Amino acid sequence: MIDATAPMLEVRNLEMHFSLGGSVLERLRFGKKGPRLDRPVVRAVNGVNFSIERGEIMALVGESGCGKSTVAKTIARIYKPTGGELRIDGEDVAEHDFAQMLPVRAKMQMIFQDPYASLNPRQKVRDIVAEPLLQQTTTAAERREVPAKIEALLARVGLNAEHAGRYPHQFSGGQRQRIGIARALSVTPGLIVADEPVSALDVSIQAQILNLMKDLRDEFGLAYLFISHDLSVVHHIADKIGVMYLGFMVENAPRDVLFSRPRHPYTRALLSAAPSIKEKRDKEEIELTGEVPSALSLPSGCCFRTRCPFAWDRCAAERPSLRDVGEGQTVACHLIDEPERDVV
Amino acid sequence: MADTAQPKLLEVRNLRTYFHTFAGTVKAVNGVSFDIASGEVMGLVGESGGGKSVVGFSILGLIDSPGKIEGGQILLDGEDLVKAGETRLREIRGRDISMVFQDPMTSLNPLHSVGRQMDEVLRLHSELDAKARHTACVEMLESVGISRAEERLKAYPHQFSGGMRQRVVIAIALLARPRLIIADEPTTALDVTIQSQILKLMRRQIAEKGASMILVTHDLAVVSEMADHITVLYCGNVVERGRTRELIEAPAHPYTRGLIDSIPDLSNRHERLQQIPGTVPDIRNLPKGCNFRDRCPRAQALCAEVEPILTAQRGSLSAACHFPLSPGETA
Repeated sequence: MIDATAPMLEVRNLEMHFSLGGSVLERLRFGKKGPRLDRPVVRAVNGVNFSIERGEIMALVGESGCGKSTVAKTIARIYKPTGGELRIDGEDVAEHDFAQMLPVRAKMQMIFQDPYASLNPRQKVRDIVAEPLLQQTTTAAERREVPAKIEALLARVGLNAEHAGRYPHQFSGGQRQRIGIARALSVTPGLIVADEPVSALDVSIQAQILNLMKDLRDEFGLAYLFISHDLSVVHHIADKIGVMYLGFMVENAPRDVLFSRPRHPYTRALLSAAPSIKEKRDKEEIELTGEVPSALSLPSGCCFRTRCPFAWDRCAAERPSLRDVGEGQTVACHLIDEPERDVV
Repeated sequence: MADTAQPKLLEVRNLRTYFHTFAGTVKAVNGVSFDIASGEVMGLVGESGGGKSVVGFSILGLIDSPGKIEGGQILLDGEDLVKAGETRLREIRGRDISMVFQDPMTSLNPLHSVGRQMDEVLRLHSELDAKARHTACVEMLESVGISRAEERLKAYPHQFSGGMRQRVVIAIALLARPRLIIADEPTTALDVTIQSQILKLMRRQIAEKGASMILVTHDLAVVSEMADHITVLYCGNVVERGRTRELIEAPAHPYTRGLIDSIPDLSNRHERLQQIPGTVPDIRNLPKGCNFRDRCPRAQALCAEVEPILTAQRGSLSAACHFPLSPGETA
C-alpha cells in the first residue's frame, strides 16, 4: 500500500464543508411554499488538488476566509474532510480514525500561528517537546533516549539545555516559535504543516525563523505546507505556490513563474496590492473593489467574478477549472480562452 | 534642516513617558523629539516594545496610570499639551487631533449605530444643527467609499466587515476636519487588497483636507509608500530619522539597515534573509551605553560606555550611532 516513490502529500478534490447547526427554530425559514428548514453550509474548501514532493516547500496564499487554514487543518486531520482523497506518504488517511492516525502523525506534524496559544502554559519546555515523541515510543529503551534527543533538538533550533526546565511565559515570541518547531521535529516527520508560522512575529525575528525553517528543510529533507497571507514571505520560502480564493485554488505555479508571469486576475491583484519598500516599479495596477463574498452562498460560476475587473457573462454561467498553461502553471480562469478580453 | 520654511504644526521635544510597575519602571518613551509640518505624513516605525504607540497616546493625553508623562513638551501650534488640562484636551481630541486605532473590531462602540457615533463628533466639535450634521455624516461616509450611506448610518458596527469598519473609523477621524491624524497600525488587521484600498483612501483624504498624519506602524513597506519622513524608534529612543527615500535606500543606523534587510521583499533575490541576531533587551533593565549594541555587528568598546545621541548625518538623515554606515555599506 505504501509506495516509496509517492509524493509526501497528495490532495485530490479535497472538500471541507461545515454544517452550521442551530435549533429547529433558528433554522426555520418561511418561503413562498410555506415553512422549511434551512440547512446553512459553509463551503470552506471546494475541491482542491495539489501534491508536495519530499523536501519541497509548497505555500498556500490568500486572504482571510479563503480556506487556506482549513486546508491545513484538514490535512493535519484536525478536521475530517467531507470529500476527496488525502494521501500522506502514499496512504489515504481521509477516513482514518484517531487510532489509525497515530502512526501517520509520526510522518506529519504541525506548527501553529500563535506561539502564545499553541504551547501549554503549565508544561515545561522539556515536556512540551517530548510529548509527540512519547506518543510514538513503545519500549522502555526508546523512552530512555528521549531526554538526550530533546536536548539535541533544542540546541538545533537555537535554544540551550537550561531552557528545557522553563515555562513558556519565560520566552519571547520568537523563542516560543522555536519551541513549537522543536516539538514538530521531535518525531522526525517528513511533512510539516505550518499555519502562518511567522505572522505573529516582528520582522527581525520573522527573518530568523524563516531562515531556521529553510535550514531544517535542507538538513532533514522536510517537506512543508506553508500557509501565509504574506506574498513576500511566501516568495522567500516557497518552491511552488497555490493561490486560493473562497475555497478554490485559482492558480498554482512554481514560485518564479508565479511572480514573473501571474495569469489569474486575483493573483495579479494580490501582487499589485502588496506594499513594497522599493520605489514603485512599473507594476500592473489591478485594484479590486468590494469584498470577499460569504462562503455560505458562493457566487455561481467563477468564485472571483464579483470582484474581477474582467468578468463577463460566461464567468457567471460556467465555473472555470484549473488548466495547465505550461511550465507547471495551472490557472482557473476563462481569460485563458479569450485573451483579447484582458484589457481594463 | 532643509525644510524649516514650512511652519511646524506639532513639535515633540524630549518626550519621556514612563510606566511605574511593580517589576520596575518601564521607560517606554525616553527622550523622543520630532516635528511635523502642515500637510506632512510622518512614519513612526519600530518593532513591538519600541514605544511607537505610546508616543501616539502621549500626544493625545491618553496615558493612564501606572503610566505618566515624566517630562518634555508636546507643542501643537505652540501650545504645550503636556501642561493642558483634561477639559482642554477634550476640546482638542477629535477636533484638532484625531486618532485611527489598529483594530476596527474594538474601536467602535457595538451598542450604538454608526450614525450616532459619527454624529457625536460633530455634536461636540461643531456648531452645526441636527440636519446639517446628518448631511455632513452622509457626505463623509460616501467620500470614504461606503455606498448607500443614508441607510448605512443606521447600521451597527457588527453589520460591517473589517475593511468597512476601518472606513467608518477613518470617516469619524476626518469628520471634524482635524489638522493632525494619528493612525496607529491602521491597516495591520486588514487583508492586503483591502489594505491597499484603505491606504489609497487615507492618502487622498489627507491631501484633500490638507491634514498632517503620524503613521505608526511596524511595516516599513507601508510607511515607505505613504510617508514623507520616517522616524525609527528602538527601546523608546529615536535611533534614526530622515526623508523616506534617503532613509530606506541608504540608512545610517545599523538597526534601520537590519530592519530593511530582514524584510522578505518581492524584488529581493537573496536566498537567505539577513537577520538581526538576538531579541530586544528587557526595557525595564536597559544596558548601559547604546541599547542596540548587543545586536549590532559594528559595536565597539565605546558603545558599551557612552549612549549615542541623535546627530546630523549625510543629507536629511540624523542617527544616534557612534559608527554610522556610509551609503551602500551593509551592517
